[in-house]
Formats: sequence, C-alpha cells, structure tokens
Amino acid sequence: MENNSETILEMDNICKSFPGVKALNNVSIKFKKRTVHTLMGENGAGKSTLMKVLSGIYQMDSGTMRLRGEDVIFQTPASALNHGIAMVHQELSPIVDLSVAENMFVGREPVLFKLPVINRKEMNKKANALFEEIGIKIDPKRRMGDLSVAEMQMVEIAKAISYDAEILILDEPTSAISDAEVSVLFKIIRNYTQKNKAVIYISHKMEEIFQISDEITVLRDGEFIGTNPASDVSEKELIKMMVGRNLNEIFPKTETKIGDVSLRVENLSLSGKFSNISFEARRGEILGIAGLMGAGRSELVESIFGVHPPESGSLYINGKEVKIRSPEDAIDLGMALITEDRKLTGLNLKDSVKNNVSIVFLKKLARAFSVVDKGREVSSVEELIKKLSIKTPSRNTNVSSLSGGNQQKVVIAKWLLSDPNILILDEPTRGIDVGAKAEVHKLMNQFTEEGKTVIMISSEMPEIMGMSDRLLVLSEGKLTGHFQRSEFDQEKILACAMNHIEKESN
Amino acid sequence: MTAILKNIFNISNKKLLKDYGLVLAFMGICLVLSILSPSFIKPANLLNILRQTSINGILAVGMTFVIITGGIDLSVGSITAVAAVVASSFAHPGEHSIVFVIFSGLGVGLLLGFINGLFIAKAKLAPFIATLGMMTIARGMALVYTSGRPVINLSDQYNYIGGGYIGGIPVPVYIYGLVVIISFFVLRFTVFGRRVYAVGGNELSAKYSGIKTSNIKTLVYMISGMLSGLAGIVLSSRVMSGNPSAGTSYELDAIAAVVIGGTSMTGGVGTIFGTVIGALMIGVINNGLDLLNVSSYFQQIVKGSIIIFAVLMDKQANSKD
Repeated sequence: MENNSETILEMDNICKSFPGVKALNNVSIKFKKRTVHTLMGENGAGKSTLMKVLSGIYQMDSGTMRLRGEDVIFQTPASALNHGIAMVHQELSPIVDLSVAENMFVGREPVLFKLPVINRKEMNKKANALFEEIGIKIDPKRRMGDLSVAEMQMVEIAKAISYDAEILILDEPTSAISDAEVSVLFKIIRNYTQKNKAVIYISHKMEEIFQISDEITVLRDGEFIGTNPASDVSEKELIKMMVGRNLNEIFPKTETKIGDVSLRVENLSLSGKFSNISFEARRGEILGIAGLMGAGRSELVESIFGVHPPESGSLYINGKEVKIRSPEDAIDLGMALITEDRKLTGLNLKDSVKNNVSIVFLKKLARAFSVVDKGREVSSVEELIKKLSIKTPSRNTNVSSLSGGNQQKVVIAKWLLSDPNILILDEPTRGIDVGAKAEVHKLMNQFTEEGKTVIMISSEMPEIMGMSDRLLVLSEGKLTGHFQRSEFDQEKILACAMNHIEKESN
Repeated sequence: MTAILKNIFNISNKKLLKDYGLVLAFMGICLVLSILSPSFIKPANLLNILRQTSINGILAVGMTFVIITGGIDLSVGSITAVAAVVASSFAHPGEHSIVFVIFSGLGVGLLLGFINGLFIAKAKLAPFIATLGMMTIARGMALVYTSGRPVINLSDQYNYIGGGYIGGIPVPVYIYGLVVIISFFVLRFTVFGRRVYAVGGNELSAKYSGIKTSNIKTLVYMISGMLSGLAGIVLSSRVMSGNPSAGTSYELDAIAAVVIGGTSMTGGVGTIFGTVIGALMIGVINNGLDLLNVSSYFQQIVKGSIIIFAVLMDKQANSKD
C-alpha cells in the first residue's frame, strides 16, 4: 500500500529561528495520503515548531511547502484550515461554559433561516451524528467544563475531524486519555486514513507509535534525521536516532542497599479521595505507586506533603510521629514533592530559571535582615543547571521560553536544591523526551544510592516496573495491591489497579 | 539619542526599548516641557515637582507590592484620609509627642491594611471587592471621626513634616526617598521580596514550594496600608489640616504610576524603580500642563492618554516574537 500512496504534502528545507535558537534547520519531509506519519524526537527537537509552521501559527524563515504540488504559505491558522490542514494541540483550550456541540462548531454554527441565531437542534444533531460515526459516547448538550480531560480531548479530536481536513495533525493526543480511549482513537485514525487522507502524529509513547504508524520521521535539535517505514525500524534504532547515542538500558535501575523505614503512613484518610492507606518507605528504596488516573494517587502524596492535610491517620518520619499541616512543614521535615503539572503547580512561568530554582531554598540562603545571599544562590543554581544539563541561554532566562523537558528539569533542580531526604515524584517523566527521561531516572538512582527515599507515581507500566523496588497499587482511593520487585507482573498489577483485588503481601 | 545609546551599548532597538523605554519616554517628556516652558527646568520647579510627587509616590510604592502579588488596593486614598485625621487630632500644640502622633497615623494605616489582608488572604475575597469596601468604610470613618470638619490648629513640629526643608530640599522628598530605598531593597534583596514575586507569578506553585501565601498577601496589604498612613501624615502636615475628604481618588494615580512603571496587573512582574519613574512621569505631566496653562479639564484627557500610550508601548516592547 505504501508504494502507490501519493504524496500530498512536501515540506522542503524549512528553516525557523527564534531569538537565540535555530528551531528548524533545513527540514525536509514528504507526507503521503492514506498514511499515519509519526514525528518523533526529544522535547525541543522541533516537532511542534514544524507543525505550527504547517498549520499557520508560525511563519517559516525560509523553505517551501507544496500541498498537492502547489506552493503554499499559510499566514494564519484559518488559511491552513481552508487548505485542509487541521491540528489538535497538545494543550486544550476548551470554552468551559459552552456545550460540547457549541465548542465543536464555534465560529461556524448552523443558523436559523440565515439569521444570526444559532440552530441549536441542528448543531446537536450534527455533533451526535459525528460522535456516532466515530464511536464516541458523549452527550453534545453537556457543558464542556463538566467533561473529564480525556473526554475534552476526544471532543477536540472530533472537532478536528469534522473539518474533514486532508491532513490531520495530532500533537500528543494520548497524553491525557486512558488505554480504552486510545484504542477508540486509533480506530478513528485508521478510518480517517482510509478516506484517502493523511494523519501526522506526534507522540513520545513507543508502544503506541509502533501500533499506529506507517512511517516514522525522527527530528533532533531542529534537524531532519531520517524517515523510515514503521515496519523496518526497531525501538532501539529510533531511540538511537533521537538521542544520537546508544542508550544501553531504558530503565537503568541500580541495586542499592535498602535501609531503615524513613516514612511510615498509618490509616491515612481524606474523604472523597482515599481511605485507610498504610504503607512504609525505606532509605535507599524507590517505592512505586501505580494505579489508573483518578485512583487518588496524586491526592495521597499531596496530602502527605501537607497541601490538603489528611482528616485522620498518622505519619512517622524516621520512627517519630509528625504533624504536617502545610507544604512548609513537609519541607522542613526533609520532604520534596515534584508535582504532576509543572505549569500549574511547579513553576512560576513569569520568572527566571534562577528564581524558580532557588525559591524553596531561599530561606536557607538568608543572612541578616533576611537578605538573600546572592553569591551562594547563583553558584548553587549554576551548579544544578550544569548537573542536570538544563538547556537554557542563561540562568536569567525566563522559564516559559524553555522546552518542556528543560522546564521539568528546572522543577527537579528546585527540589534537589532543598536537599530532601524523601523525594516524591508524581509522573516525573510525563511529556518529556527519552533523553531527559533517562536523566530523571539516573537522578532517582543517585538519590537512593545516597541512602535517601524515593516515592514515584507513574502511569507508565514499563517505567514504574523498571524503576521501583516495591510497588503499591491504588484503586478508587483504596490500597489494592502491594508487590515486591521479584513479584512484579504487569497483568497482576493492572488487575489490582482496575478491580478491588486485595493482594496480601507476605 | 537612541542611536547613541545603541552604539555605546551595542544593543538592539527592541532590547533598548524594553529596558530603557520608560526612562527614555520620561526624559523625552522632560525635554519637550523644558523647551515649551523655560521655567520647567528651574531647580525650584523641579523640587516642587518632587514634593508634589512624594505623596502619590509613597502610595504607589505600597501599591507596587500589592499589584505584584496580583492584587489591587483601592482603599489607599481613604486610608490616607483616616490617617490624616487621626494623626492631626493628636497633633495639636503641646498635647502629644511627635513620635506618638506619627505612630498613630502609621498604626491606623497598618491596622486597616491588616483588615484588608485578612479578608483577602484568609476569607478569600477578591482584592477588588475587599478594598472597594474598605475604601468606602475608611472614608466614612474619617468623616465620622471628625464630624466632617477638618482638624486644624496643628503643632509646628507636625507641620514641619510636610512643609519643612533640610538643606533646601523639602522634607517629604527625603521621606519619599527613604521609602523608595527601603522598598527597593526589601523587594529586590530579601526572602520576603522574592516570595512576593513568587506568589504573584503562580500562587499555587508558591504554595507547593512551602510559601505561606496568605501571610505574604496579608503583609503586602499591611505595607500598602502603612504607607497610606504615612502619606496621610505628610499630606495633612503639608496643608496644616487633617481633612476627612483628603486623598479622594488618590488610588487611581497610584495605580497609574505602578502600571506606567511596567508592573503587570496580573502579578509576578514589576519593580520599584519603574513605579518611581511612573510617579515622576505623572508629576511632571501635571506640573508641565499647569505651566503651559492647559485647562485642568483638558489635563485629564492628556494624562489618561499618556497612561494608555505608556502601557501600550510597554506591551509592545515585551511582546514575544
């Protein structure tokens, strides 16, 4: 099939620079009809920039785009859309107070008798028909804000499909949806390409990429590295292309000496979130917490960290009972929490790399009159920028201009600087590239080698099984499983995550 | 001049505009005014501008703290009035020590600011609403306290605060200078200052970083309240009477100075230096238009236009590519 697929879009020698960065350097790719073409690369490799050029959000500095053999330049997203190019962005922008159907047809609502009055009935009917066709079960009359993130994502995708675009761009569409929804999405994508259309897919998830792709193009540091048919290339080769070096192991877990209990949790409860959670974590140990989205994992660690203190239960650090009523208490007791959503709870996007990294540590940098010791601040921040190889023009650069992976490193740097003994990481590698992921894992290993404790939440099964010494499973706010490393079994863990199967650990 | 600066520092137009645009605009306005009206540039007039600016300048400094946290304080003008009448009522000749009088003014401002802070940080009222309420309440308090009549017959000591000179420079200018230096230092170099930016930049992230965000928020309203108290003392002493209707709509000039100075209304970004330039800009414009005999009705149109223009320029300079 691939051989007789005709080329629909050619991007030729595309260049795009931002102040200080060459984001795209002579990138040339051909996209074919009836094909799912995946773009891969580390964060900052230029995938999103390339797609923003294609969809008219950015203008290229030089290069040509030929759509069906004709030279095109898109000045605005609307003009790209008119030429049959639709994009679903990684970050959604729903209008929460409008209905699902209103969101889908915003700007092109069906009207009554050519009057500026929306034909609501017609609109809902159209939305329903589309949902039915592609197999999504969402009521078009529901308020957008009441939908789960996964449902919003599906609505966005349906909206993009409703334009009947020749080229559909999906930027990490599965980052917020469950496995069941992924399979619905893949069916939608398959059906779409059957209609003689092209899909461009951006993702970091290897398994998915091999499932859905026909062709895979790798970008690195804004340069084109290569295009391969998905059937002709292995995961290892792709990773090598992406990082430009061999990664010996994806999850290089090191054996550490496991010591005394550092954190003990007894019968912790917070109504509506979780109940009767008891566990312990030891020095030198990585304790994994697995579970489905919404199982209460984030709520549990946030509660331990004092963000929403638990209603009942007790906490012990190094055998001594402690009361944690606020994050400040937790920090003073040597805890750190790297949260799931760096933009919401991790970073001050209006401030510099330096000020973000030092904010937790600031208290310890104070001299007389609580004046910050600038010299020490700068040197410790610089040290961490080097240690974590954070790619930033300078420490005074605004964090908002860094790529996702580097922003995540800034969050990690901020917590490493506070020198914690118990490091809690909530989905620390979500949405970051393979290279940065490996670096985060290396840091976790270094941390436990120093005899400190790591607690990690992850929804990626290979990651959590690869990195953890022990594993807890949460389901609907209850502890439903407890596994030693030797007992790890993906199916059993998943079973605990989905059902309330109590597995007694010995 | 732009070209010269560009050559000297070898920087791009855009960077120049971003870093020095405000100062250049200020210098430009001064230049134009000194050409149009020769008396503008005379030392006596410049000192006059500084003295006139000092009250709004003090309020604007407090407002900067508040706006950097993402808040707003509409009550500064009314708190100025309360402090003016309270301090004045203790300032009759031979009644109380001047230290007591000053502390009474500062204290009442601090207290009202603290109440603002409690409602905003603990009861989670929107700053606009809480301080709008306080604006009306405090004005009422000033009127009730004085039965609507100005407090007169103030001691010479007290009148010296607003009307005296040291080495030929008005005392309020020293007070303003001191407030600016201390605030600049606090905001720029202390842990508290950095936390103010953190809270304004992303309150949730600040909270997760172990910052007691409600304490920071309460404190900035206390600072704003206390500086309003100071402004009330300077104002009443300058006009030698504690007037309960003093400071009406002063909050607007203070907000204008802060905004002209490049502080973001959404919080997280701003400097004391910018606010000082913003306050001076308003002072210079007021003074210049007076010198040029522009009618006070027309002055408002000019002032408003300049505020909007300044913020537009700032937005342009800071826009991302």
